[in-house]
Amino acid sequence: MTDSRPLPTPTELSAPFWDGCRQGVLRVQQCRRCQALVFVPRPMCPTCQHTSLDWTDSGGKGSVYSFTVVHRPPRPAFAVPFVVAIIELDEGWYLLSNVIGCDPDAVHIGMTVEVAFTDMDETITLPLFRPV
Amino acid sequence: MSRADRRTPLHDVAIVGAYNTRQAKALDVSELEVLFDAMEGAVASANLSLADIDGVNVTSSTRRTNSREVVAWLGGRPSWTGVDIGIPGIVEAALAIAAGLCETVLMATAQVREYTDRASTAPWTRPSNEFVECFGLHTPGEFALMARRHMHLYGTPPEALAEVASAIRSNGARNPQAVHFGRPVTPDDVLRSRLIADPFHLLDCAMTSEGGGGLVLTRADRARDLGVTPVHLLGAGSDRQGMAYVTAPVWDLYGQVGARAAATAFAQAGLSPADIDVAELYDPFSFEIIRQLEVFGFCPPGEAADFVLDGQLRIDGSLPIDTDGGLMSFSHAGLVQLIQKPIAAVRQLRGELPDELTVPGAVTAVASNGGSGALFTDVLVLGAEAP
Repeated sequence: MTDSRPLPTPTELSAPFWDGCRQGVLRVQQCRRCQALVFVPRPMCPTCQHTSLDWTDSGGKGSVYSFTVVHRPPRPAFAVPFVVAIIELDEGWYLLSNVIGCDPDAVHIGMTVEVAFTDMDETITLPLFRPV
Repeated sequence: MSRADRRTPLHDVAIVGAYNTRQAKALDVSELEVLFDAMEGAVASANLSLADIDGVNVTSSTRRTNSREVVAWLGGRPSWTGVDIGIPGIVEAALAIAAGLCETVLMATAQVREYTDRASTAPWTRPSNEFVECFGLHTPGEFALMARRHMHLYGTPPEALAEVASAIRSNGARNPQAVHFGRPVTPDDVLRSRLIADPFHLLDCAMTSEGGGGLVLTRADRARDLGVTPVHLLGAGSDRQGMAYVTAPVWDLYGQVGARAAATAFAQAGLSPADIDVAELYDPFSFEIIRQLEVFGFCPPGEAADFVLDGQLRIDGSLPIDTDGGLMSFSHAGLVQLIQKPIAAVRQLRGELPDELTVPGAVTAVASNGGSGALFTDVLVLGAEAP
């Protein structure tokens, strides 16, 4: 997929996530002390306030927690209709993404999905999701 | 609980002026002209002049007017400037007055020509964070993700969302100051309007417009001498759960945002939701009203849809909402609407709205800002009678 949608500019904090996507691995932060999974990335564990967090690999499988079919896009770069969804990963963390590879009307809460890494340009790969 | 149990410095302060400039889809004057009108209109509605102001929180969106600049316009007379916006800005100003840092605060703001790229949605609907922008999330989508989960959990029907939008838009249709004056909307109109981000149709969503507004606050003991009807601050509360539009809007994590704000505000006021006569609730999207009704305690979880479908939000219902027409029909000039919710509540309690939008005998009102998708909600309780 290539379109002219705005792409992320990784920060020092988020670079491991985006590097992982480029390498085909979905990563999530994990607190070194209480083991809580943390997303979006932050410098302090929101559960125990420990400040040492590692990156761990996710299996990239989960289900649709909530979704919306967008008909009026924020910018013309997005072709409508498209699906914005909250994915609940099997490890118990949440990620906002798009569900692709099916009719938008077929998407439903509880639908099982898996990550579909999609190269957008020379450096950015987005973790989109498709039905299993 | 008596009000004396929860004494707050807010009780020493009253709102004595509330004013809206002309609102329009696009205004034919400059943002500065609108801001000047907001400032002068607000102080005039308090029977005061700009020379009486010793604290300011005056801003504008496109020109980025700031309060320190406005102090210079006022010849350096004001000694205090506020920095927060909307309800937290009112709380900040009231605390400054109660603490003796100043006596009379003018809050005013305006927005003209912030939304010019019409191929895209309004700039305030397009968060730029790296974990949402690339997936095409805008505020309609953000709040739709919350609405969808609530519908899944409780069976909330689209008809309830449509009734919310119809009730609010029917008020604006009868308010000559509203951008959508003369444009009543039925629930069927809402459901037949084009989809934006399902379950939201066009008429489930706030409009975009331009305009300004202002408020004047002063010590409650001084308010009595101004020859205007003061509206008293009975209580306020805030709820923050993180940064807006950065994380996925997960209902189980963030759906209750505002509960702490309402609990604090009602406790300070010594009131319960059942004591509230009118509610100027923040209405960026229809579902957000259903959520606030439940989270603030007006309805048990999952039961707001029935309350709404029973017509209770209409002017003749038990809890009239958004009596000026709200963000959907009155105006949604970007950040200006944060202050316009308290303005609407003040004008309602002062009997300044058209007769057919005036809630008979209303003496208590609640105003709110924010919403679930934004991970913050603020609540203000106002009263026609001193606490």
